[in-house]
Amino acid sequence: MLLAIVTGTLLAPLYAGRISGTDPFLSTPMAQVDGRPVLADNPGLGVTPIGPAWETSWRGPYLLGADTLGRDVAARLLYGGRTSLLVATAATLLCLLFGAISGITAGFVGGITDTVISALIDLLWAFPVYLLAISLSIILVNEGLHLGPVTLEADSKLLPALILGLVYVPYVARPVRTEVQSLLGRDFVEAAFATGGTRLHILRRHILPSLWPTLLALAPIVAAMTLLTEAALSILGIGIQPPKASWGTLIADGQALIYSRPWVAIAPGLAVATTVLALNVLADRDG
Amino acid sequence: MIRLALLALLLAAPVAAQPAGGTLRLLAHTAAGTLDPHLNYTAQYWQLYAFTYDGLVAFRKVAGPRGADLVPDLVDALPTPEDGGLLYRFHLRPGIRFSDGRPLGPADVVASLRRIFRVRSPTAETFYGAIAGAPACLATPDTCSLDGVTADGDTVSIRLSRPDPEFLAKLALPHASILPADSPAQDAGIVPISGTGPYRFLAYDPNDRLQIVRNEHFRPWNPDAQPPGGPDRIEYVFGLEDEAELTAIENDQADWMFDGPPADRLGNLGRHFLDRVHLDPTPALWFVPLNVHIPPFDDPRIRQAVNLAVDRDAVVKLFGGAKLAAPTCQLLPPGLPGYTPYCPFPHDPARARALVAAAGAAGAPVTLVTDDSPVARAVGTYLRDVFASIGLDTKLRSLSANVQFSYIQNTNNHVQASLTSWYADYPSAANFLLGSFGCTAFHPGSDSSPNITGFCDPSIDARIAAGDIAPADRALTDAAIAIALLNPRYVDIVSRRVEDYAYHEVFHWLIAQARLR
Repeated sequence: MLLAIVTGTLLAPLYAGRISGTDPFLSTPMAQVDGRPVLADNPGLGVTPIGPAWETSWRGPYLLGADTLGRDVAARLLYGGRTSLLVATAATLLCLLFGAISGITAGFVGGITDTVISALIDLLWAFPVYLLAISLSIILVNEGLHLGPVTLEADSKLLPALILGLVYVPYVARPVRTEVQSLLGRDFVEAAFATGGTRLHILRRHILPSLWPTLLALAPIVAAMTLLTEAALSILGIGIQPPKASWGTLIADGQALIYSRPWVAIAPGLAVATTVLALNVLADRDG
Repeated sequence: MIRLALLALLLAAPVAAQPAGGTLRLLAHTAAGTLDPHLNYTAQYWQLYAFTYDGLVAFRKVAGPRGADLVPDLVDALPTPEDGGLLYRFHLRPGIRFSDGRPLGPADVVASLRRIFRVRSPTAETFYGAIAGAPACLATPDTCSLDGVTADGDTVSIRLSRPDPEFLAKLALPHASILPADSPAQDAGIVPISGTGPYRFLAYDPNDRLQIVRNEHFRPWNPDAQPPGGPDRIEYVFGLEDEAELTAIENDQADWMFDGPPADRLGNLGRHFLDRVHLDPTPALWFVPLNVHIPPFDDPRIRQAVNLAVDRDAVVKLFGGAKLAAPTCQLLPPGLPGYTPYCPFPHDPARARALVAAAGAAGAPVTLVTDDSPVARAVGTYLRDVFASIGLDTKLRSLSANVQFSYIQNTNNHVQASLTSWYADYPSAANFLLGSFGCTAFHPGSDSSPNITGFCDPSIDARIAAGDIAPADRALTDAAIAIALLNPRYVDIVSRRVEDYAYHEVFHWLIAQARLR
């Protein structure tokens, strides 16, 4: 299922170019398809976007209908999926990296280093994840990040990835620290110390390889959490910034059509739910 | 949670057929701030002041064009200006009482006009600055004596320092309501002040509801100015989202909502409830003010380019369709005196791109600020794409509707372009144009600077003041200081039991004149 979703999103340009024939990021309120307006005036009041294919006798583009700006929802769903999966993947990699470094350092070095790092992780852990993510996003979404040589513009996809990678660090650091401390008490590690192995050698040859299963088991769980959080931030308007699209921004766009064209919001919501489910199944298998 | 449960119970109460009188149930997403009529500047509460307070004169409370006529209210006749338009004498009607039972007297009139300055009313300068003594009151409001207003028996005289042909119309607005002389010299907030209208405010909790009941001391003295009301009681409940408000009205659990209907419910409204929908023209404008002091819009070519690039028919579609709005490319709305149709900006994206290229502005960064309502965000997204298509690197920024309007007015925020609207305070082209684009409406560094463009041409202001409206409107439009988009229609949806719906240009739905079936 996960493979199908990823493949679909990677084929987004193909769909947009060959089937939809529209630019999914461009507002086209006056667009027409075969002489029919994409945003049609109702006989009584208001304007309603063209509906999904199964509600109309439609076999052309706009398979899932159009949104309030005349954009192809199906094309945006695929492009949005690329963004959501990219952000979740980047956030997961960053989270695993920061979490592994801090967890390994704390567990392996021990002493005052362990105390300090553990205290910092506990401090981060104490904040509700969503509150911390929202707070950081509100600060950074307007001005971007300018930290020495590192500059991330406000509309960069790496910005939400960085925020999400940071707030979920305790979820990786703590189990990694525990695992390292457990490994240090194992026979083969003690034997390596007894035979004169250096700490760096033991870390490289014995500790790190033994941590891979733990990190691989954590990866899909972290990916699911970051995907959900990115969607939440984007729904609130402080995640992915327009004109870029993600599943979260699509859900936010669909709120204005929840009565007349509910699939504009339901489709990306289903996409998020399906992907999270697939990642959880993957995590259970790894576990 | 308890409040929500009580709200649900209220709205779930069955609405059986009621005799004349009854309780009118109104809904709004939020309250509109202070209840003080000298300070509140919202359409939401001006609608209520129409039947809770009175001025010396009033707009005729009828639907249609006659609603723009001025009639005597607390006075027995409209005064004829004397001394070259510098002196107005008003003779108070006898026997009028405030809702607390006290009789109205000339001292109350003098104190009320003085209070406009003491509480720092937002229109103290723009509307009442011509009263003799106003400059001193504007400089030191706390000690305002307003020497131009005097009383002699039952006659109140108002002397102006300069003629103002619209002075009587300004006295008909809620900011010139006559209140008891001992009204507090600061914002009354949620504490109701006694008025002379057929209704009075009973209790006000901005987080819950506003209760309005009949004023037992009201006796109709001029039905044109202040007709007696229909309902016995009015309950104005706050807190519901627009979707829930509309559902309540469709189910006859409430009678009217202040907020516009959500766009995705318009189709259903049109199919099943069209007989309860009222669409009325209103002198208003949706537009994009362009800051003429900040690049790239300090260059007239770029301002012309964006005006040429926008397809106003597309904006009307995003707004809700041709029944809800009409496209426009001029600044003065139809319906105001002096309006003549004019459009120097046909939809011409190619010419727009050429202008941007000629100005060397390709790639210029622009931030467009809108509020966070669904329609504003949709229109803003479309405008962002249009600006980008002609070469401007445009970002969209959406702010809460509670703060967006004051944010875009303050020059300290360096807003290049924004999406906003302006509704006429009263049927006056001069008030509309000078209030939005006049030199005296530009206050750098203030949250209250309605001339968001920062444009100032004293010669155009002089033409407006002299009544030369059409040429002034053309001059302002040609200067491309804003992108005029559309003129909205006012949309009201009422329940089945509301009869005698009447729409007024200044006060919109005349709430108190409704009858409940």
